[in-house]
Amino acid sequence: MSSGTLYDKVWDLHRIADLPGGSTQLFVGLHLIHEVTSPQAFSAITEKNLEVFCPERTIATVDHIVPTESQARPFLDPLAETMLSTLEKNCKKYGIKLFEIGSGNQGIVHVIAPESGLTQPGMTIACGDSHTSTHGAFGAIAFGIGTSQVRDVLASQSLAMKKLKVRRIWVNGQLEKGVFAKDLILHIIRQLGVKGGVGYAYEFAGPAIEKMSMEERMTICNMAIEGGARSGYINPDKTTFEYLRNKPYLPKGKAWELAVKWWETLSSDPDAKFDDEVQFDANNVAPTITWGINPGQAISIDELIPKKESLGENDRQTAEEAYLYMKLQPGEPIKGLAVDVCFIGSCTNGRLSDLKAAAKIAENRHVAKGIKAFVVPGSEKVARDAEAEGIDKLFMNAGFEWRKPGCSMCLAMNPDRLEGNQISASSSNRNFKGRQGSSKGRTLLMSPAMVAAAAISGSVVDVRELIAKNNTSQK
Amino acid sequence: MSLSLEFPKGPITKIKGTCLCLEGNDIDTDRIIPARFLKCVSFKSLGDQVFADDRKEKNGLHPFDIKANQEASILLVEKNFGCGSSREHAPQALMRWGIRAIIGYSFAEIFHGNCISIGIPCLTLEEYNLTCLQQITKEKAGKNCSINMRKREIVYEESKFIFSIDKGAEAMFKSGNWDATSTLISQLEKIKDIKAKIPYINNFES
Ligand code: SF4
Repeated sequence: MSSGTLYDKVWDLHRIADLPGGSTQLFVGLHLIHEVTSPQAFSAITEKNLEVFCPERTIATVDHIVPTESQARPFLDPLAETMLSTLEKNCKKYGIKLFEIGSGNQGIVHVIAPESGLTQPGMTIACGDSHTSTHGAFGAIAFGIGTSQVRDVLASQSLAMKKLKVRRIWVNGQLEKGVFAKDLILHIIRQLGVKGGVGYAYEFAGPAIEKMSMEERMTICNMAIEGGARSGYINPDKTTFEYLRNKPYLPKGKAWELAVKWWETLSSDPDAKFDDEVQFDANNVAPTITWGINPGQAISIDELIPKKESLGENDRQTAEEAYLYMKLQPGEPIKGLAVDVCFIGSCTNGRLSDLKAAAKIAENRHVAKGIKAFVVPGSEKVARDAEAEGIDKLFMNAGFEWRKPGCSMCLAMNPDRLEGNQISASSSNRNFKGRQGSSKGRTLLMSPAMVAAAAISGSVVDVRELIAKNNTSQK
Repeated sequence: MSLSLEFPKGPITKIKGTCLCLEGNDIDTDRIIPARFLKCVSFKSLGDQVFADDRKEKNGLHPFDIKANQEASILLVEKNFGCGSSREHAPQALMRWGIRAIIGYSFAEIFHGNCISIGIPCLTLEEYNLTCLQQITKEKAGKNCSINMRKREIVYEESKFIFSIDKGAEAMFKSGNWDATSTLISQLEKIKDIKAKIPYINNFES
């Protein structure tokens, strides 16, 4: 059993009662909801004649189904319109704040809560969405829940939860230029496996993590769930506090000082006990890209698609399924593989720094012929900030489409989707079969800069080569 | 699909039915129920849509389409079943199709929790036993299998297997309190006490 970790401290603070069978009733400090996983929870509340216990601790946004071209109401898709209007009705009825489209603060749930300062160190955060692990970047315990649990949180601001074990993932060194947080987390998942984290919370720590910005840290924690870990977190530090300073949902003056003081006590103690520890070296990470049908099926850009024999026994069956589905041959290089669609966005990589990294590659270049490339900012704030820096124009001049915020082709519940067996270079987090809206569609996950490089080249390339060209032309 | 089955209620002690085998590791919830079917405000119609894309691809030969499996209520899976998205639509779709218990080698965490909260026990077997059970299912399709939750026992014709189950889940199914809401709201006073002590809710004053 772990002790003295941030996870233990935050857990203890929120523990309400021990339940029979070893679970704990845990207080939920922040509850985030969206249109897809909440309607049935509200129906249950209404049917059972329950109240929403702490409506002020739930915040709603709309992200999964929003169209990214015209957002005029009613939406063209009547089902999408029903979902949004249901959310609106529920929020109104129960007194829950909704970050509406056009309000300036709407966006993907895992983008809006951090950028507005709703997400804070030491919180327990739950949301009916598996990528809730993202918020762990601030030193919160954050986890995805199902709809029945959304109902439970609405009714009681608490959950029946099992305490996880804690695995510390210590990352030494530093990422080289052209290698991003996304590459590191894909690398880690590849090594530990997509089920390696089941039963664990991942604590990401070490010099490479400490050097990261909050946005990079969010990319790392976002994908903890792809490694099977329901929660991922990073101990809060100066970078965290500086990011949070002056955010709308944080206090100023004396209360801010007190907040920082408290946050400083939350980090895992130097002698904390972990249930497991592993080490990585960031210096060894190259741009990494998936070739298969789960995020663990990843290789670095210079590697060949692995042969079955080189994989562990457990992975062979899925590999065969992946060769077939992806129409790729073992032993083939991934570099040079032609793509059809390039998508920059999602809660993994739809923040300002992601768009900037991609824009640097797109600048003074043009999307290759026949490629559909589009950028979907993670939130209205990200869009606004990017537009203020002229990033929208830069992308459009390079032949990318600049869209309105939402989840978009990360899961294709809106009109943005692959067709037939199109292949996409995507900055999102899941390459599952059919994930991007076509039951035969294929997804290659990579960093936003790599997606931009693929858009320019029309095929998978090593973004470091384009960066090198940037540098020589500047000389 | 076996629509005649009622949704689970109260203590879950015995489950009886025929088994259906679904091979493959890391079957994610996007495959169990593709995202386009999440455009709904109720779970009602999900039963027909379970594994929609996989079934279309297999053109009638998917385990959920094979005639002999239509009455099945026990699903046999392999490793890390239900990984990926937290959508409760996945177990809801399985339940509405007729599944009342899932037996496998391992389950993804959120999926597992979702199954508990709607009353679908997820039971785990050692790899060897799971392979045996799959084998028997293939050989004796249509024969009844029974799960005894108290004895942690799966009885299938002459064969008997001891399964493991998460302790918390076991206690909940036994008591019938697997739908956690009532337990949780019985503590409202205590929840208020905890809330009053949490720094970020109380202006960080300790
Ligand atoms: S961007 Fe993708 S992963 Fe993130 S919340 Fe939206 S659909 Fe889920």
